Amino acid sequence: MTAFFVVLIAFLAGVEGVAEQFQFHQPILAASLIGLATGHLIEGVVLGGTLQLITLGWMNIGAAMAPDAALASVVSAYLVTGPAQVDIKTGIAIAIPLAIAGQVLTIVVRTLTISFAHIADREADKGNVQAIDILNLAGVGIQGLRIAIPMIIVMAVGAEPVRAALASIPDVITGGLAVAGGFIVVVGYAMVINMMASPDLWPFFFLGFALSALSEVNLIGMGIIGLVLALVYLQLSPKFNNKDDGDGGGTGGGTSGGNDLDAILNDY
Amino acid sequence: MDESKTTEKRITKKDLRSVWWRSTFLMGAWNYERMQNIGWAFSMVPAIKRLYKTKEDRAAAMHRHLEFFNTHPYAAAPILGVEIALEEQRANGADINDEAISGVKVGMMGPLAGVGDPVFWGTLRPVVGAFAASLALSRNVLGPILFFVIWNVLRMSFTWFTQNMGYTQGTNITQNLGGGMMQKITQGASILGMFIMGVLVPRWTTMNFPVVISSVKNEAKNVVDLSTLADAANRGKVSAAQLRNMYDQIISGKQVDMFKVTTLQDVFNTLIPGLMPLLLMFGVLWLLRHKVSPILIIVGLFVLGIAGYGTHILG
Repeated sequence: MTAFFVVLIAFLAGVEGVAEQFQFHQPILAASLIGLATGHLIEGVVLGGTLQLITLGWMNIGAAMAPDAALASVVSAYLVTGPAQVDIKTGIAIAIPLAIAGQVLTIVVRTLTISFAHIADREADKGNVQAIDILNLAGVGIQGLRIAIPMIIVMAVGAEPVRAALASIPDVITGGLAVAGGFIVVVGYAMVINMMASPDLWPFFFLGFALSALSEVNLIGMGIIGLVLALVYLQLSPKFNNKDDGDGGGTGGGTSGGNDLDAILNDY
Repeated sequence: MDESKTTEKRITKKDLRSVWWRSTFLMGAWNYERMQNIGWAFSMVPAIKRLYKTKEDRAAAMHRHLEFFNTHPYAAAPILGVEIALEEQRANGADINDEAISGVKVGMMGPLAGVGDPVFWGTLRPVVGAFAASLALSRNVLGPILFFVIWNVLRMSFTWFTQNMGYTQGTNITQNLGGGMMQKITQGASILGMFIMGVLVPRWTTMNFPVVISSVKNEAKNVVDLSTLADAANRGKVSAAQLRNMYDQIISGKQVDMFKVTTLQDVFNTLIPGLMPLLLMFGVLWLLRHKVSPILIIVGLFVLGIAGYGTHILG
Protein backbone atom coordinates (compact mmCIF):
# COMPACT_ATOMS: atom_id res chain seq x y z
CA MET A 1 0.00 0.00 0.00
CA THR A 2 2.84 2.36 0.93
CA ALA A 3 4.55 1.47 -2.34
CA PHE A 4 1.39 2.33 -4.29
CA PHE A 5 1.11 5.77 -2.71
CA VAL A 6 4.83 6.49 -3.16
CA VAL A 7 4.57 5.70 -6.88
CA LEU A 8 1.35 7.73 -7.19
CA ILE A 9 3.01 10.76 -5.56
CA ALA A 10 6.01 10.32 -7.86
CA PHE A 11 3.62 10.29 -10.82
CA LEU A 12 1.88 13.50 -9.69
CA ALA A 13 5.22 15.20 -9.07
CA GLY A 14 6.32 14.17 -12.58
CA VAL A 15 3.19 15.69 -14.14
CA GLU A 16 3.54 18.89 -12.13
CA GLY A 17 7.23 19.18 -12.94
CA VAL A 18 6.11 20.34 -16.38
CA ALA A 19 2.48 21.38 -15.82
CA GLU A 20 3.42 23.78 -12.98
CA GLN A 21 -0.11 24.14 -11.67
CA PHE A 22 -0.73 22.40 -8.31
CA GLN A 23 3.03 22.46 -7.62
CA PHE A 24 3.26 18.84 -6.40
CA HIS A 25 6.83 18.83 -7.72
CA GLN A 26 7.95 21.50 -5.27
CA PRO A 27 10.08 19.80 -2.60
CA ILE A 28 7.94 21.08 0.23
CA LEU A 29 4.92 19.21 -1.14
CA ALA A 30 6.61 16.22 -2.79
CA ALA A 31 8.89 15.33 0.12
CA SER A 32 6.14 15.91 2.71
CA LEU A 33 3.72 13.66 0.82
CA ILE A 34 6.35 10.91 0.49
CA GLY A 35 6.95 11.25 4.23
CA LEU A 36 3.22 10.91 4.84
CA ALA A 37 3.09 7.77 2.69
CA THR A 38 6.06 6.11 4.41
CA GLY A 39 4.85 7.04 7.89
CA HIS A 40 7.66 9.50 8.63
CA LEU A 41 5.79 12.72 7.95
CA ILE A 42 7.94 15.09 9.99
CA GLU A 43 11.24 13.94 8.44
CA GLY A 44 9.64 14.44 5.03
CA VAL A 45 8.46 17.94 5.98
CA VAL A 46 11.91 18.95 7.26
CA LEU A 47 13.69 17.55 4.18
CA GLY A 48 11.09 19.25 1.98
CA GLY A 49 11.64 22.59 3.70
CA THR A 50 15.41 22.29 3.33
CA LEU A 51 15.23 21.39 -0.35
CA GLN A 52 12.62 24.10 -0.91
CA LEU A 53 15.10 26.73 0.24
CA ILE A 54 17.70 25.39 -2.21
CA THR A 55 15.23 25.45 -5.10
CA LEU A 56 13.54 28.81 -4.40
CA GLY A 57 14.95 30.43 -7.51
CA TRP A 58 14.59 27.46 -9.88
CA MET A 59 12.16 28.26 -12.67
CA ASN A 60 11.36 27.12 -16.16
CA ILE A 61 11.31 30.13 -18.45
CA GLY A 62 10.72 29.98 -22.17
CA ALA A 63 12.30 26.71 -23.23
CA ALA A 64 15.09 26.88 -20.66
CA MET A 65 14.65 24.28 -17.99
CA ALA A 66 15.71 24.42 -14.37
CA PRO A 67 17.12 21.28 -12.74
CA ASP A 68 14.20 18.97 -12.04
CA ALA A 69 12.85 19.31 -8.51
CA ALA A 70 10.38 16.43 -8.97
CA LEU A 71 12.82 13.51 -9.29
CA ALA A 72 15.17 15.02 -6.72
CA SER A 73 12.41 15.48 -4.14
CA VAL A 74 10.59 12.18 -4.39
CA VAL A 75 13.66 9.93 -4.59
CA SER A 76 15.64 11.67 -1.86
CA ALA A 77 12.53 11.82 0.34
CA TYR A 78 12.00 8.10 -0.17
CA LEU A 79 15.63 7.37 0.73
CA VAL A 80 15.35 9.52 3.87
CA THR A 81 11.90 8.48 5.11
CA GLY A 82 11.70 5.00 3.57
CA PRO A 83 13.39 1.74 4.57
CA ALA A 84 16.87 3.06 3.66
CA GLN A 85 16.66 5.71 6.46
CA VAL A 86 19.45 7.80 4.95
CA ASP A 87 20.13 10.93 7.02
CA ILE A 88 18.83 14.27 5.76
CA LYS A 89 22.30 15.58 4.80
CA THR A 90 22.92 12.60 2.53
CA GLY A 91 19.41 13.00 1.18
CA ILE A 92 20.24 16.55 0.11
CA ALA A 93 23.57 15.48 -1.40
CA ILE A 94 21.87 12.84 -3.52
CA ALA A 95 19.10 15.24 -4.56
CA ILE A 96 21.41 17.44 -6.64
CA PRO A 97 22.60 14.85 -9.21
CA LEU A 98 19.04 13.53 -9.27
CA ALA A 99 17.83 16.99 -10.27
CA ILE A 100 20.25 16.93 -13.21
CA ALA A 101 19.14 13.41 -14.17
CA GLY A 102 15.50 14.53 -14.01
CA GLN A 103 16.31 17.48 -16.26
CA VAL A 104 17.81 15.12 -18.86
CA LEU A 105 14.72 12.91 -18.68
CA THR A 106 12.49 15.95 -19.25
CA ILE A 107 14.51 16.88 -22.33
CA VAL A 108 14.08 13.32 -23.62
CA VAL A 109 10.29 13.40 -23.10
CA ARG A 110 9.96 16.87 -24.62
CA THR A 111 11.81 15.62 -27.69
CA LEU A 112 9.65 12.51 -27.82
CA THR A 113 6.46 14.58 -27.77
CA ILE A 114 7.51 16.34 -30.99
CA SER A 115 6.07 13.30 -32.75
CA PHE A 116 2.76 14.00 -30.93
CA ALA A 117 2.58 17.39 -32.61
CA HIS A 118 2.87 15.68 -36.00
CA ILE A 119 0.24 13.08 -35.15
CA ALA A 120 -1.99 15.96 -34.04
CA ASP A 121 -1.52 17.64 -37.45
CA ARG A 122 -2.55 14.47 -39.27
CA GLU A 123 -5.58 13.89 -37.04
CA ALA A 124 -6.59 17.55 -37.39
CA ASP A 125 -6.82 16.99 -41.16
CA LYS A 126 -9.49 14.40 -40.43
CA GLY A 127 -11.30 16.76 -38.05
CA ASN A 128 -10.64 14.29 -35.23
CA VAL A 129 -10.98 16.45 -32.12
CA GLN A 130 -10.73 13.48 -29.73
CA ALA A 131 -7.18 12.84 -30.91
CA ILE A 132 -6.06 16.14 -29.35
CA ASP A 133 -7.46 15.01 -26.00
CA ILE A 134 -5.72 11.66 -26.21
CA LEU A 135 -2.39 13.15 -27.29
CA ASN A 136 -2.31 15.79 -24.58
CA LEU A 137 -3.29 13.36 -21.84
CA ALA A 138 -0.72 10.87 -23.17
CA GLY A 139 1.87 13.63 -22.83
CA VAL A 140 0.74 14.21 -19.25
CA GLY A 141 0.96 10.48 -18.58
CA ILE A 142 4.49 10.17 -19.97
CA GLN A 143 5.66 13.09 -17.85
CA GLY A 144 4.20 11.29 -14.82
CA LEU A 145 5.94 8.05 -15.75
CA ARG A 146 9.18 10.01 -16.22
CA ILE A 147 9.36 10.19 -12.42
CA ALA A 148 7.25 7.17 -11.42
CA ILE A 149 9.45 4.65 -13.28
CA PRO A 150 12.78 5.83 -11.81
CA MET A 151 11.03 5.81 -8.42
CA ILE A 152 10.04 2.16 -8.90
CA ILE A 153 13.62 1.33 -9.94
CA VAL A 154 15.02 3.02 -6.84
CA MET A 155 12.55 1.14 -4.65
CA ALA A 156 13.66 -2.11 -6.29
CA VAL A 157 17.44 -1.68 -6.21
CA GLY A 158 18.16 0.53 -3.20
CA ALA A 159 20.27 3.63 -2.71
CA GLU A 160 23.87 2.66 -3.54
CA PRO A 161 23.44 1.45 -7.13
CA VAL A 162 21.39 4.61 -7.84
CA ARG A 163 24.25 6.81 -6.78
CA ALA A 164 26.68 4.83 -8.94
CA ALA A 165 24.38 4.94 -11.96
CA LEU A 166 24.02 8.71 -11.71
CA ALA A 167 27.78 9.13 -11.58
CA SER A 168 28.21 7.03 -14.74
CA ILE A 169 26.31 9.38 -17.11
CA PRO A 170 29.07 11.17 -19.04
CA ASP A 171 29.19 14.91 -18.51
CA VAL A 172 29.36 15.55 -22.25
CA ILE A 173 25.84 14.14 -22.64
CA THR A 174 24.17 15.98 -19.76
CA GLY A 175 26.06 19.20 -20.44
CA GLY A 176 25.53 19.00 -24.20
CA LEU A 177 21.78 18.46 -23.85
CA ALA A 178 21.55 21.40 -21.47
CA VAL A 179 23.46 23.60 -23.93
CA ALA A 180 21.24 22.53 -26.83
CA GLY A 181 18.17 23.11 -24.65
CA GLY A 182 19.18 26.77 -24.48
CA PHE A 183 19.02 27.42 -28.21
CA ILE A 184 16.62 24.76 -29.48
CA VAL A 185 13.84 27.39 -29.19
CA VAL A 186 14.95 28.99 -32.46
CA VAL A 187 13.07 26.20 -34.26
CA GLY A 188 9.82 27.43 -32.75
CA TYR A 189 10.58 31.06 -33.65
CA ALA A 190 11.48 30.07 -37.20
CA MET A 191 8.18 28.22 -37.60
CA VAL A 192 6.12 31.21 -36.47
CA ILE A 193 8.09 33.57 -38.66
CA ASN A 194 7.83 31.19 -41.60
CA MET A 195 4.06 31.45 -41.24
CA MET A 196 3.68 35.18 -40.61
CA ALA A 197 6.52 36.91 -42.41
CA SER A 198 5.81 39.14 -45.37
CA PRO A 199 8.22 41.73 -46.81
CA ASP A 200 6.49 44.66 -45.09
CA LEU A 201 6.71 42.95 -41.69
CA TRP A 202 10.45 42.14 -41.59
CA PRO A 203 11.47 45.64 -40.44
CA PHE A 204 9.41 45.12 -37.27
CA PHE A 205 11.24 41.87 -36.57
CA PHE A 206 14.65 43.52 -36.84
CA LEU A 207 13.54 46.51 -34.80
CA GLY A 208 12.39 44.17 -32.04
CA PHE A 209 15.64 42.24 -32.22
CA ALA A 210 17.89 45.31 -32.03
CA LEU A 211 15.89 46.94 -29.22
CA SER A 212 15.85 43.73 -27.25
CA ALA A 213 19.55 42.99 -27.73
CA LEU A 214 20.78 46.49 -26.90
CA SER A 215 18.35 47.79 -24.30
CA GLU A 216 17.19 46.73 -20.87
CA VAL A 217 13.52 47.32 -21.65
CA ASN A 218 11.60 44.36 -20.21
CA LEU A 219 9.05 42.26 -22.08
CA ILE A 220 6.11 44.33 -20.90
CA GLY A 221 7.77 47.48 -22.18
CA MET A 222 8.50 45.68 -25.43
CA GLY A 223 4.84 44.72 -25.69
CA ILE A 224 3.84 48.35 -25.32
CA ILE A 225 6.39 49.48 -27.95
CA GLY A 226 5.18 46.79 -30.35
CA LEU A 227 1.57 47.81 -29.83
CA VAL A 228 2.34 51.48 -30.38
CA LEU A 229 4.26 50.65 -33.57
CA ALA A 230 1.31 48.67 -34.85
CA LEU A 231 -1.13 51.49 -34.09
CA VAL A 232 1.08 54.15 -35.64
CA TYR A 233 1.58 52.01 -38.74
CA LEU A 234 -2.16 51.57 -39.12
CA GLN A 235 -2.78 55.30 -38.75
CA LEU A 236 -0.15 56.23 -41.30
CA SER A 237 -0.49 53.45 -43.85
CA PRO A 238 -2.49 54.67 -46.85
CA LYS A 239 -3.65 51.09 -47.26
CA PHE A 240 -5.96 51.43 -44.28
CA ASN A 241 -6.98 55.06 -44.43
CA ASN A 242 -8.89 55.29 -47.67
CA LYS A 243 -12.39 54.79 -46.33
CA ASP A 244 -12.34 55.68 -42.68
CA ASP A 245 -13.36 59.29 -43.12
CA GLY A 246 -16.55 60.09 -44.93
CA ASP A 247 -18.00 57.16 -46.84
CA GLY A 248 -19.10 54.96 -43.94
CA GLY A 249 -20.04 51.92 -46.00
CA GLY A 250 -16.63 51.42 -47.56
CA THR A 251 -15.67 49.15 -50.39
CA GLY A 252 -14.43 46.39 -48.14
CA GLY A 253 -11.20 46.04 -50.05
CA GLY A 254 -8.42 48.30 -48.93
CA THR A 255 -5.72 46.29 -50.65
CA SER A 256 -5.66 47.35 -54.27
CA GLY A 257 -3.90 50.38 -55.71
CA GLY A 258 -7.19 51.84 -56.91
CA ASN A 259 -8.36 52.41 -53.37
CA ASP A 260 -5.22 54.35 -52.57
CA LEU A 261 -6.11 56.66 -55.43
CA ASP A 262 -9.63 57.02 -54.01
CA ALA A 263 -8.16 58.00 -50.70
CA ILE A 264 -6.03 60.69 -52.22
CA LEU A 265 -8.99 62.04 -54.17
CA ASN A 266 -11.15 62.03 -51.04
CA ASP A 267 -8.58 63.98 -49.12
CA TYR A 268 -8.50 66.81 -51.68
CA MET B 1 -21.87 43.50 -39.12
CA ASP B 2 -25.21 41.75 -39.31
CA GLU B 3 -26.04 40.78 -35.74
CA SER B 4 -29.43 39.38 -36.71
CA LYS B 5 -28.15 35.91 -37.59
CA THR B 6 -30.80 33.32 -36.78
CA THR B 7 -28.31 30.52 -36.14
CA GLU B 8 -25.94 32.46 -33.92
CA LYS B 9 -23.45 30.17 -32.21
CA ARG B 10 -22.75 31.02 -28.61
CA ILE B 11 -20.09 29.88 -26.16
CA THR B 12 -21.74 28.77 -22.92
CA LYS B 13 -20.61 29.29 -19.35
CA LYS B 14 -19.97 25.56 -19.24
CA ASP B 15 -17.60 25.80 -22.21
CA LEU B 16 -15.66 28.56 -20.46
CA ARG B 17 -15.36 26.43 -17.31
CA SER B 18 -14.27 23.47 -19.38
CA VAL B 19 -11.56 25.48 -21.18
CA TRP B 20 -10.40 26.81 -17.82
CA TRP B 21 -10.08 23.34 -16.32
CA ARG B 22 -8.37 21.93 -19.41
CA SER B 23 -5.79 24.71 -19.41
CA THR B 24 -4.44 23.05 -16.25
CA PHE B 25 -2.76 20.64 -18.68
CA LEU B 26 -1.49 23.33 -21.04
CA MET B 27 2.08 22.08 -20.67
CA GLY B 28 1.14 18.38 -20.72
CA ALA B 29 2.59 17.60 -24.14
CA TRP B 30 5.19 20.42 -24.22
CA ASN B 31 7.57 19.70 -27.09
CA TYR B 32 10.67 21.29 -28.55
CA GLU B 33 9.06 21.93 -31.91
CA ARG B 34 5.93 23.89 -31.06
CA MET B 35 6.06 23.92 -27.26
CA GLN B 36 2.58 24.34 -25.72
CA ASN B 37 0.72 23.85 -29.00
CA ILE B 38 -1.01 20.54 -28.15
CA GLY B 39 -1.99 21.75 -24.68
CA TRP B 40 -3.32 24.96 -26.21
CA ALA B 41 -5.44 23.09 -28.76
CA PHE B 42 -6.55 20.75 -25.96
CA SER B 43 -7.74 23.77 -23.97
CA MET B 44 -9.61 25.16 -26.98
CA VAL B 45 -11.39 21.86 -27.75
CA PRO B 46 -14.69 22.74 -25.98
CA ALA B 47 -14.92 26.00 -27.94
CA ILE B 48 -14.05 24.29 -31.24
CA LYS B 49 -16.66 21.61 -30.64
CA ARG B 50 -19.33 24.18 -29.77
CA LEU B 51 -18.65 26.51 -32.70
CA TYR B 52 -17.81 24.22 -35.60
CA LYS B 53 -19.85 21.23 -36.65
CA THR B 54 -18.43 20.21 -40.03
CA LYS B 55 -15.23 18.23 -40.51
CA GLU B 56 -13.65 20.97 -42.63
CA ASP B 57 -14.39 23.75 -40.14
CA ARG B 58 -13.04 21.69 -37.26
CA ALA B 59 -9.91 20.72 -39.18
CA ALA B 60 -9.21 24.37 -40.00
CA ALA B 61 -9.81 25.45 -36.39
CA MET B 62 -7.56 22.70 -35.03
CA HIS B 63 -4.76 23.68 -37.40
CA ARG B 64 -5.11 27.31 -36.29
CA HIS B 65 -4.58 26.26 -32.69
CA LEU B 66 -1.86 23.66 -33.24
CA GLU B 67 0.67 26.31 -34.17
CA PHE B 68 3.67 27.23 -32.04
CA PHE B 69 2.66 28.69 -28.71
CA ASN B 70 4.49 29.31 -25.46
CA THR B 71 3.83 31.56 -22.53
CA HIS B 72 3.66 31.44 -18.76
CA PRO B 73 1.13 28.67 -18.01
CA TYR B 74 -1.15 31.02 -16.03
CA ALA B 75 -0.78 33.97 -18.38
CA ALA B 76 -2.30 31.81 -21.12
CA ALA B 77 -5.71 32.31 -19.46
CA PRO B 78 -6.44 35.85 -20.74
CA ILE B 79 -5.18 34.88 -24.22
CA LEU B 80 -7.51 31.87 -24.20
CA GLY B 81 -10.38 34.20 -23.33
CA VAL B 82 -9.64 36.56 -26.23
CA GLU B 83 -9.18 33.67 -28.68
CA ILE B 84 -12.48 32.09 -27.68
CA ALA B 85 -14.19 35.42 -28.35
CA LEU B 86 -12.45 35.73 -31.75
CA GLU B 87 -13.41 32.20 -32.74
CA GLU B 88 -17.01 32.85 -31.65
CA GLN B 89 -17.19 35.94 -33.85
CA ARG B 90 -15.59 34.09 -36.74
CA ALA B 91 -18.01 31.18 -36.46
CA ASN B 92 -20.82 33.72 -36.71
CA GLY B 93 -19.52 35.09 -39.96
CA ALA B 94 -17.22 37.93 -38.89
CA ASP B 95 -14.30 38.57 -41.20
CA ILE B 96 -11.59 37.25 -38.88
CA ASN B 97 -8.86 35.40 -40.73
CA ASP B 98 -6.14 33.01 -39.61
CA GLU B 99 -3.49 35.76 -39.44
CA ALA B 100 -5.56 37.75 -36.97
CA ILE B 101 -6.04 34.72 -34.73
CA SER B 102 -2.31 33.81 -34.88
CA GLY B 103 -1.18 37.40 -34.55
CA VAL B 104 -3.19 37.93 -31.37
CA LYS B 105 -1.82 34.71 -29.87
CA VAL B 106 1.81 35.38 -30.78
CA GLY B 107 1.64 39.07 -29.97
CA MET B 108 0.24 38.46 -26.49
CA MET B 109 2.25 35.42 -25.44
CA GLY B 110 5.62 37.15 -25.01
CA PRO B 111 4.56 40.23 -23.04
CA LEU B 112 2.24 38.16 -20.84
CA ALA B 113 5.02 35.67 -20.15
CA GLY B 114 7.03 38.75 -19.25
CA VAL B 115 4.43 39.49 -16.57
CA GLY B 116 3.88 35.90 -15.43
CA ASP B 117 7.48 34.75 -15.01
CA PRO B 118 8.68 37.48 -12.64
CA VAL B 119 5.38 37.69 -10.74
CA PHE B 120 4.68 33.98 -10.21
CA TRP B 121 8.07 32.26 -10.50
CA GLY B 122 10.27 35.18 -9.49
CA THR B 123 8.33 36.67 -6.60
CA LEU B 124 5.25 34.83 -5.42
CA ARG B 125 6.64 31.29 -5.32
CA PRO B 126 9.92 32.19 -3.59
CA VAL B 127 8.01 34.26 -1.02
CA VAL B 128 5.34 31.64 -0.28
CA GLY B 129 7.97 28.88 -0.55
CA ALA B 130 10.36 30.54 1.89
CA PHE B 131 7.56 31.22 4.35
CA ALA B 132 6.37 27.60 4.11
CA ALA B 133 9.94 26.25 4.32
CA SER B 134 10.63 28.20 7.51
CA LEU B 135 7.56 26.60 9.09
CA ALA B 136 8.62 23.18 7.77
CA LEU B 137 12.14 23.49 9.19
CA SER B 138 10.60 23.99 12.63
CA ARG B 139 8.89 20.61 12.11
CA ASN B 140 5.51 22.23 11.49
CA VAL B 141 3.17 20.38 9.11
CA LEU B 142 1.40 23.67 8.37
CA GLY B 143 4.31 24.53 6.04
CA PRO B 144 3.34 22.26 3.15
CA ILE B 145 -0.39 22.67 3.81
CA LEU B 146 -0.29 26.47 3.67
CA PHE B 147 1.95 26.39 0.60
CA PHE B 148 -0.55 24.19 -1.25
CA VAL B 149 -3.65 26.15 -0.24
CA ILE B 150 -2.28 29.67 -0.76
CA TRP B 151 -0.70 28.84 -4.10
CA ASN B 152 -3.68 27.08 -5.60
CA VAL B 153 -6.30 29.56 -4.44
CA LEU B 154 -4.26 32.39 -5.98
CA ARG B 155 -3.59 30.46 -9.18
CA MET B 156 -7.14 29.23 -9.79
CA SER B 157 -8.76 32.57 -9.10
CA PHE B 158 -6.21 34.37 -11.27
CA THR B 159 -6.72 32.08 -14.28
CA TRP B 160 -10.52 32.07 -13.99
CA PHE B 161 -10.77 35.83 -13.58
CA THR B 162 -8.36 36.70 -16.39
CA GLN B 163 -9.82 34.17 -18.82
CA ASN B 164 -13.26 35.74 -18.40
CA MET B 165 -11.77 39.19 -18.69
CA GLY B 166 -10.10 38.19 -21.97
CA TYR B 167 -13.35 36.72 -23.28
CA THR B 168 -15.36 39.85 -22.44
CA GLN B 169 -12.75 42.20 -23.87
CA GLY B 170 -12.34 40.06 -26.99
CA THR B 171 -16.09 40.15 -27.57
CA ASN B 172 -16.16 43.92 -27.15
CA ILE B 173 -13.34 44.42 -29.62
CA THR B 174 -14.99 42.41 -32.32
CA GLN B 175 -18.50 43.79 -31.70
CA ASN B 176 -17.31 47.30 -32.42
CA LEU B 177 -15.98 46.40 -35.82
CA GLY B 178 -16.45 48.82 -38.64
CA GLY B 179 -15.89 47.96 -42.28
CA GLY B 180 -12.30 46.94 -42.94
CA MET B 181 -11.54 47.02 -39.23
CA MET B 182 -10.60 43.37 -39.30
CA GLN B 183 -7.82 43.92 -41.81
CA LYS B 184 -6.43 46.53 -39.50
CA ILE B 185 -6.52 44.14 -36.58
CA THR B 186 -4.89 41.46 -38.70
CA GLN B 187 -2.11 43.74 -39.86
CA GLY B 188 -1.64 45.23 -36.39
CA ALA B 189 -1.54 41.81 -34.78
CA SER B 190 1.02 40.58 -37.34
CA ILE B 191 3.23 43.62 -36.70
CA LEU B 192 3.07 43.04 -32.96
CA GLY B 193 3.73 39.33 -33.50
CA MET B 194 6.80 39.84 -35.70
CA PHE B 195 8.14 42.51 -33.35
CA ILE B 196 7.80 40.20 -30.36
CA MET B 197 9.48 37.31 -32.19
CA GLY B 198 12.41 39.66 -32.83
CA VAL B 199 12.45 40.55 -29.14
CA LEU B 200 12.44 36.90 -28.04
CA VAL B 201 15.37 35.80 -30.21
CA PRO B 202 18.06 37.44 -28.02
CA ARG B 203 16.04 37.19 -24.77
CA TRP B 204 14.76 33.62 -24.65
CA THR B 205 17.66 31.96 -26.43
CA THR B 206 20.78 30.95 -24.53
CA MET B 207 23.95 30.47 -26.53
CA ASN B 208 27.37 31.03 -25.03
CA PHE B 209 30.83 30.69 -26.58
CA PRO B 210 33.27 30.50 -23.66
CA VAL B 211 36.38 30.03 -25.84
CA VAL B 212 39.06 32.39 -24.55
CA ILE B 213 40.41 34.63 -27.31
CA SER B 214 42.87 36.61 -25.25
CA SER B 215 43.95 36.89 -21.65
CA VAL B 216 45.85 40.04 -20.74
CA LYS B 217 47.43 40.54 -17.34
CA ASN B 218 46.12 43.71 -15.74
CA GLU B 219 48.68 46.12 -14.32
CA ALA B 220 49.02 45.55 -10.59
CA LYS B 221 48.14 49.14 -9.74
CA ASN B 222 44.83 48.78 -11.55
CA VAL B 223 43.80 45.67 -9.66
CA VAL B 224 41.81 45.77 -6.44
CA ASP B 225 43.99 44.69 -3.54
CA LEU B 226 42.02 41.68 -2.36
CA SER B 227 44.91 39.82 -0.71
CA THR B 228 45.43 42.39 2.05
CA LEU B 229 41.78 42.14 2.99
CA ALA B 230 41.89 38.34 2.85
CA ASP B 231 44.94 38.31 5.16
CA ALA B 232 43.23 40.63 7.60
CA ALA B 233 40.11 38.48 7.51
CA ASN B 234 42.14 35.32 8.20
CA ARG B 235 43.82 36.99 11.19
CA GLY B 236 40.34 38.02 12.33
CA LYS B 237 41.18 41.72 12.15
CA VAL B 238 39.16 43.42 9.43
CA SER B 239 38.63 47.11 10.07
CA ALA B 240 35.82 49.25 8.75
CA ALA B 241 38.41 51.45 7.05
CA GLN B 242 39.72 48.48 5.06
CA LEU B 243 36.23 47.59 3.82
CA ARG B 244 35.65 51.22 2.95
CA ASN B 245 38.95 51.30 1.05
CA MET B 246 37.96 48.19 -0.89
CA TYR B 247 34.65 49.78 -1.82
CA ASP B 248 36.39 52.95 -3.00
CA GLN B 249 38.80 50.95 -5.15
CA ILE B 250 35.93 49.11 -6.87
CA ILE B 251 33.92 52.31 -7.35
CA SER B 252 36.93 54.06 -8.86
CA GLY B 253 36.91 51.43 -11.60
CA LYS B 254 39.76 49.14 -10.61
CA GLN B 255 39.72 45.59 -11.96
CA VAL B 256 38.79 42.74 -9.64
CA ASP B 257 40.65 40.02 -11.58
CA MET B 258 44.36 39.81 -12.33
CA PHE B 259 43.65 38.93 -15.97
CA LYS B 260 41.40 40.65 -18.47
CA VAL B 261 39.83 37.68 -20.26
CA THR B 262 38.10 38.07 -23.63
CA THR B 263 35.97 35.16 -24.79
CA LEU B 264 34.53 34.52 -28.21
CA GLN B 265 31.15 35.48 -26.72
CA ASP B 266 32.54 38.90 -25.74
CA VAL B 267 33.62 39.41 -29.34
CA PHE B 268 30.13 38.59 -30.61
CA ASN B 269 28.61 40.83 -27.95
CA THR B 270 30.63 43.81 -29.14
CA LEU B 271 28.95 43.38 -32.52
CA ILE B 272 25.45 42.86 -31.07
CA PRO B 273 24.26 40.50 -28.34
CA GLY B 274 22.04 37.79 -29.70
CA LEU B 275 23.88 37.71 -33.03
CA MET B 276 24.52 33.97 -33.01
CA PRO B 277 20.95 33.02 -32.00
CA LEU B 278 19.74 35.30 -34.82
CA LEU B 279 21.98 33.60 -37.37
CA LEU B 280 20.95 30.19 -36.08
CA MET B 281 17.28 31.20 -36.38
CA PHE B 282 17.82 32.24 -40.01
CA GLY B 283 19.65 28.98 -40.66
CA VAL B 284 16.64 27.07 -39.33
CA LEU B 285 14.24 29.26 -41.32
CA TRP B 286 16.22 28.52 -44.47
CA LEU B 287 16.08 24.79 -43.76
CA LEU B 288 12.31 24.97 -43.09
CA ARG B 289 11.75 26.76 -46.40
CA HIS B 290 13.69 23.98 -48.09
CA LYS B 291 11.26 21.46 -46.62
CA VAL B 292 13.65 19.97 -44.06
CA SER B 293 11.62 18.30 -41.32
CA PRO B 294 11.62 20.16 -37.99
CA ILE B 295 12.37 16.90 -36.15
CA LEU B 296 15.53 16.46 -38.17
CA ILE B 297 16.51 20.07 -37.40
CA ILE B 298 15.95 19.52 -33.68
CA VAL B 299 17.97 16.31 -33.65
CA GLY B 300 20.68 18.18 -35.53
CA LEU B 301 20.66 20.96 -32.93
CA PHE B 302 21.02 18.44 -30.10
CA VAL B 303 24.01 16.91 -31.87
CA LEU B 304 25.40 20.42 -32.34
CA GLY B 305 24.93 21.07 -28.61
CA ILE B 306 26.72 17.90 -27.56
CA ALA B 307 29.52 18.41 -30.11
CA GLY B 308 29.91 22.08 -29.14
CA TYR B 309 29.99 21.26 -25.44
CA GLY B 310 32.39 18.34 -25.97
CA THR B 311 34.83 20.55 -27.87
CA HIS B 312 34.36 23.40 -25.32
CA ILE B 313 33.24 25.78 -28.07
CA LEU B 314 29.75 26.03 -26.55
CA GLY B 315 29.05 26.14 -22.86
